Amino acid sequence: MRSFVHRLARLRRGPWETVATVLIALGVVMLMQPFALAIYTWSFAVTLTGTVMFIIVSHFPE
Amino acid sequence: MTDDIISRERVGAPGALRRRIAGLSDRALAWVFIIPTIVLLLAINIFPLIWTIRLSLTNYRANRANDELEWVGLRNYERILTNPDIWNSMQATAHFLFWTLVLQVLIGFSLAYLINKKFKGNDLWTTIIVLPMMLSPAVVGNFWTFLYQPQIGLFNYAVAFVTGIDPASFSMIGDVRLAPWSIIIVDTWMWTPFVMLICLAGLRSIPDYIYEAAEVDRASRWRQFWTITIPMVLPFLMLAVLFRGIENFKMFDLVVQLTGGGPGSITELTSINLKREAFEKWRTGYSSAYAIILFVTVFGLASIYVKALNRVKQR
Repeated sequence: MRSFVHRLARLRRGPWETVATVLIALGVVMLMQPFALAIYTWSFAVTLTGTVMFIIVSHFPE
Repeated sequence: MTDDIISRERVGAPGALRRRIAGLSDRALAWVFIIPTIVLLLAINIFPLIWTIRLSLTNYRANRANDELEWVGLRNYERILTNPDIWNSMQATAHFLFWTLVLQVLIGFSLAYLINKKFKGNDLWTTIIVLPMMLSPAVVGNFWTFLYQPQIGLFNYAVAFVTGIDPASFSMIGDVRLAPWSIIIVDTWMWTPFVMLICLAGLRSIPDYIYEAAEVDRASRWRQFWTITIPMVLPFLMLAVLFRGIENFKMFDLVVQLTGGGPGSITELTSINLKREAFEKWRTGYSSAYAIILFVTVFGLASIYVKALNRVKQR
């Protein structure tokens, strides 16, 4: 965990991609879940953040 | 080698063109070949995308193209993301996507595993299994509506034969509980061969000596399956899931032909809903925002998938 945070702070690609991936997956689940309309409302913002983040961080050094 | 080709080109080219080619560096020549593709890509992919983003921020209606355009900011997105009907169609899509992928991967892999064994008539069976994939979705949708007919449909009779219930007592397309499964069954029937072919390519790429080495080490069949077959077929399986996932997210023709989104709107997938907004209600700005939401979702999922695929390949 400490290594993950350390690499995150040093702007390394791996952990940032993981964060972006989690955001995208979370956004898609929020978009398609059948439980609450409020969660659906925020799904696009989460997916978009994750996707844009993924595009940016995939250019970070390994 | 390159000089040789260029000199041959120079000999063959007409005067003016020859002089022009002679004046170009290798790098410039490469650009000459690449530019048409880039221009085409910009014209048919990038420009429409940017234009759709622009339209999604307006109240534009394609059937009233001369009306004054009003900038509405993010209001279209807000309305879509608070609309319970679109939320329902997202859930219908999720249900369709999940079950088609699960069934296609399980059945497709199993079929590939069986077909990969050497037996008599192997090629004939492969051809027969692959046939549904070659049909047009409109044709498939049409003849499955006949198969699903409660009175004359073969599907109902087959179910009745197995379960003993009355074939006229249920309607796959007309029943709210069964209609989502009716489209899942047809899509699985049609596209499982595609997953099977990709898995078959993966299975045939595993060299025999790996299994022979495992035999020498006295690894059981079960162990060989989990430690050799599955890991080596996994990149192929993931590719199949990526292709089918994206295709099914956009599924339109088959479902329109089969159920038309009904009964009610129980099988109205996002693509059908989007088409209704864009070309029946003519809310172009609104439907552009809808399309952008779907695009970002598919793009995000594809990014995760490509990353996972690369990781599996590196292993």
